[in-house]
Amino acid sequence: MRKTAADPKGVLEGSHFLDGDHAIAEGALAAGCRFFAGYPITPSTETAERFAERCPGVGGMFIQMEDEIASIAALVGGAWGGQKVMTVTSGPGLSLMMENLGLAVMTETPMVIADVQRAGPSTGLPTLPAQQDMMQIRWGSHGDYRIIALCPDSPQECFDLTVEAFNLSETYRVPVFIMTDETVGHMHEKVVIPPAEDIEVVERNYYEGPKADYRPYKFTGKDVAPMVKAGDGYRFHLTGLTHDERGYPHLTVEQNEKVVTHLIEKIDSNADKIIQLDESEMDGAEVVVVSYGITSRIVSRAVQLAREEGIKTGSMRLITIWPFAEKRIEELAGKVKAIVVPEINYGQMVREVERSAAGRCKVVSVPHCGGAVHDPEVILDAIKEASK
Amino acid sequence: MHEVRFSGFGGQGIVRCALITGKALSMYDDKFATMTQSFGPEARGGACSSQLVVSESRVLYPYVTLPGVLIALSQDSYNTYEPKLRDGGVLIYEADLVTPKEDDGRVQIYPAPVTRFAEELGNRLFANLVTLGCFSAITKIVTPEAMKKALPGLVPDRFLEVNRKAFDKGYAYGLESLEKKPLVTGDAQ
Repeated sequence: MRKTAADPKGVLEGSHFLDGDHAIAEGALAAGCRFFAGYPITPSTETAERFAERCPGVGGMFIQMEDEIASIAALVGGAWGGQKVMTVTSGPGLSLMMENLGLAVMTETPMVIADVQRAGPSTGLPTLPAQQDMMQIRWGSHGDYRIIALCPDSPQECFDLTVEAFNLSETYRVPVFIMTDETVGHMHEKVVIPPAEDIEVVERNYYEGPKADYRPYKFTGKDVAPMVKAGDGYRFHLTGLTHDERGYPHLTVEQNEKVVTHLIEKIDSNADKIIQLDESEMDGAEVVVVSYGITSRIVSRAVQLAREEGIKTGSMRLITIWPFAEKRIEELAGKVKAIVVPEINYGQMVREVERSAAGRCKVVSVPHCGGAVHDPEVILDAIKEASK
Repeated sequence: MHEVRFSGFGGQGIVRCALITGKALSMYDDKFATMTQSFGPEARGGACSSQLVVSESRVLYPYVTLPGVLIALSQDSYNTYEPKLRDGGVLIYEADLVTPKEDDGRVQIYPAPVTRFAEELGNRLFANLVTLGCFSAITKIVTPEAMKKALPGLVPDRFLEVNRKAFDKGYAYGLESLEKKPLVTGDAQ
């Protein structure tokens, strides 16, 4: 994997007062993304607008597609055409992307998809936040597979994690999601964009060798084959069908097992390298609050109040959502009285926490309907109750 | 720490008010500012508010809970948000568009005919900058120098000068208002 400094052309170095959506576009440009296909949808449109406005100046291309099905299909083409690619959407658009997400997973095509979550189901509450798509991105396309998902809690992290998302997607040839929400997407804060030489970028691993020997896949479960650019004279095939190392259909159970275990293992066997957590005051904690995204900003106040009341409260923020930090939760569950999981949905990631804790400690769900964040007092009450 | 709410109807530049102030504070006044906004699906005419949390250190909790400053540019927004203004807080309202209830001394009120001033400058669209001038003069949360530095990029270049003038007009009016009715500070904000 070739790590280099970012191309200064795409890096808007300096301090800015940006919202999360704009910061995602800047992160993409800094990471070297030069192809964006999307369809506007609140509350994600600002990312597309920013990218569209900025990309002619950096030699990029923006296409507004006819819908989200076409948008993600265009990313598959764009990536094999030699670009780092991204799209952005929200609930209803995300649902449309599920079919071709599977194509991207199956063809091991690197891409970044930002989901600025709004309240559903269906068109729901377009201008209000939610965290209801956490399981959809994990399981929404049919078949067995893995993806990676990161969850920023501020505009600064929208920038930082978008760069990281591109790096991970190139490293593992997998779609990577930025799971943000309306509040972080539209929240403005200072965003510091470092100089290009301080931004580490993973460049695509391109094949260099005799053309006849090129294989677009290897099914090792550890790493991925180099890519080539369509049109450069290589003969290979891309299909959603179960395929061999050349990419041609190979429709047997044995081959399907080879492909699918590779798709799973290339992420699972590298999970320790991929997973990032932000933990505070975990030593001696009786109760740990596990949260992510905007909810972790609300948790910061609840945890502060709990500590003021003398409850030893730790906080774990999931920066990486998928792969899930199951080992760390398992370890924690043996030490604490309870894990409290607030999220803006009726219980999604809490199921992963329960699965990983496996009965070793209490796991308390603090659900909230879409459209608003928790009142910190509600989380505080849950912490108090859990500490008893 | 300060919590500030700007409110009015869509099209009055409510979101822009918080954007300019947040940029001024975080880029030029060396503070941390987090801006959030709420708006309906309509582009114009619906209820609109934007909020700023201002702090000397990184803002963790991003929402205003009990704002110390409220700017209300419409009757609806006054009716909705005045009761949520902290006791002793500062209320700046659009004098020609808002009829406040009788002053019971709970909050410190400063009427300002910002739309009229803006029309005198040629367009009522500048009312938000007049408002920001008043806000800066009365509350001193943000310096006028930082506010003016923050304008480029947030107002169209060709209207930069007139926006600065609108700010100055509001700032002068804010100082006059303060002379007539000095601000009692303390926990108020």
